[in-house]
Amino acid sequence: MSNYYESEDLKKFGDIGQHAKALADDFFRYYGNVTGTDGALTKREKALIALAVSHAQKCPYCIDAYTTQCLETGANPEQMMEAVHVAAVMQAGITLVHSVQMQNHLRKLVL
Amino acid sequence: MSAVVHLKVAAPPSTGLSRFDFEAQLRKSGIDLPPLSIDTLQVNVTKLCNQVCRHCHVDASPQRREMLSPEGIAKCLEILERHPQITKLDITGGAPELHPGFDNFVEKAVVLGKHVMVRHNLTVQLDGHPQAGTSKEYLPQFFARNRVEVISSLPYYQEYFTDAQRGSGVFRKSMEAMQRLNREGYGVEGSGLLLNLVYNPVGPYLPAAQAGLEADYKRELKSKFGLVFNNLYTITNMPINRFKLHLNKTGQLESYMEKLLAAFNPSAAAGVMCRSLISVDHQGRIYDCDFNQMLEMEALDAKRKKLSIFDFDFGRTLGRPIQFGDHCFGCTAGAGSSCGGATA
Repeated sequence: MSNYYESEDLKKFGDIGQHAKALADDFFRYYGNVTGTDGALTKREKALIALAVSHAQKCPYCIDAYTTQCLETGANPEQMMEAVHVAAVMQAGITLVHSVQMQNHLRKLVL
Repeated sequence: MSAVVHLKVAAPPSTGLSRFDFEAQLRKSGIDLPPLSIDTLQVNVTKLCNQVCRHCHVDASPQRREMLSPEGIAKCLEILERHPQITKLDITGGAPELHPGFDNFVEKAVVLGKHVMVRHNLTVQLDGHPQAGTSKEYLPQFFARNRVEVISSLPYYQEYFTDAQRGSGVFRKSMEAMQRLNREGYGVEGSGLLLNLVYNPVGPYLPAAQAGLEADYKRELKSKFGLVFNNLYTITNMPINRFKLHLNKTGQLESYMEKLLAAFNPSAAAGVMCRSLISVDHQGRIYDCDFNQMLEMEALDAKRKKLSIFDFDFGRTLGRPIQFGDHCFGCTAGAGSSCGGATA
């Protein structure tokens, strides 16, 4: 292996069952039940959430997988980019809201 | 006018993908797929088209010259007349309206009481004949007068995907052409004039669920363009010809075939269209479907003899074993795919 994150490795997701099959089976059953069916949320809505999370978590495998899944559930590029903006703005907001902690501590330190 | 780039198609490259064996998959699944009927005569009258779509399995373009002869048209009409079991005529191409005998073919089939469907690309109404320059603006009125069912490709309800697949400016022209069809009553509730749209993915992925996508199309086309239509058919891209070349060029053929195989659905297999239609090419040769036609996989009777409209025998044709290839995984993946959309 010459690089981290080989795109071919996406196909090996199922290999996480090596040495821990029962746990992997539990995970994949849960995974399929959550993402693979229409529920209170449609499969498309779930795919868009997963795409946003993929970006927030910076997972190239997930970005490829959920870009495809978004298309296969009928999403369009505008919806997909908006989902990424939700991830981006949440990350920015999470960073910024921590400035409250900084302000709190600042007030404690400053005479 | 669409781009007139002629995409010359090389002989299919060796894929080395023999592990995608459709017949072995059928055997493994315990499925036998003999023909059930011949209710539809699908005729590809010409490969000439005003468009050059990137996924086109026909490799149609403004440079193509293939045309079904007047004798071929007459023979198809004779077959329709003699066989009441064949209730539907499905005319395709290319842009079938560019065939000089198209109007006559439609009118005579209608007189015979057949349900006539035309695979109409919408833009030909505005582009006209790419070689002769003649106008095709009369088509909406012609279709309505003959109460033809119009089936039109529209890969998405937005410009981006549509133009990426079908050429720059196609979406805008398609909207205008749909407006003209709506004005004649096409797609309008209660008119009895059917306008059905066809979605197919703009790349190597499977179509979304047909019902949900149809609801999206109806909402978006109505709200943004005031357009109406009847049904949306979702169709999977077949890994043949122009689309296969793209997959090979971009290194995605194997992964696409794996996707189709992984999504193999026995219920979709049971509903494949080759069990109830036959496809005719511009030379009168018979195939199990339009995709086999483009791969030149001719239909063979039980004695392995080729079939043709010029010596048509209903029983011999119905009794044929269907010819399958690895592309057939495209029709059996997920919710299935046919000229009438999902099958499962």
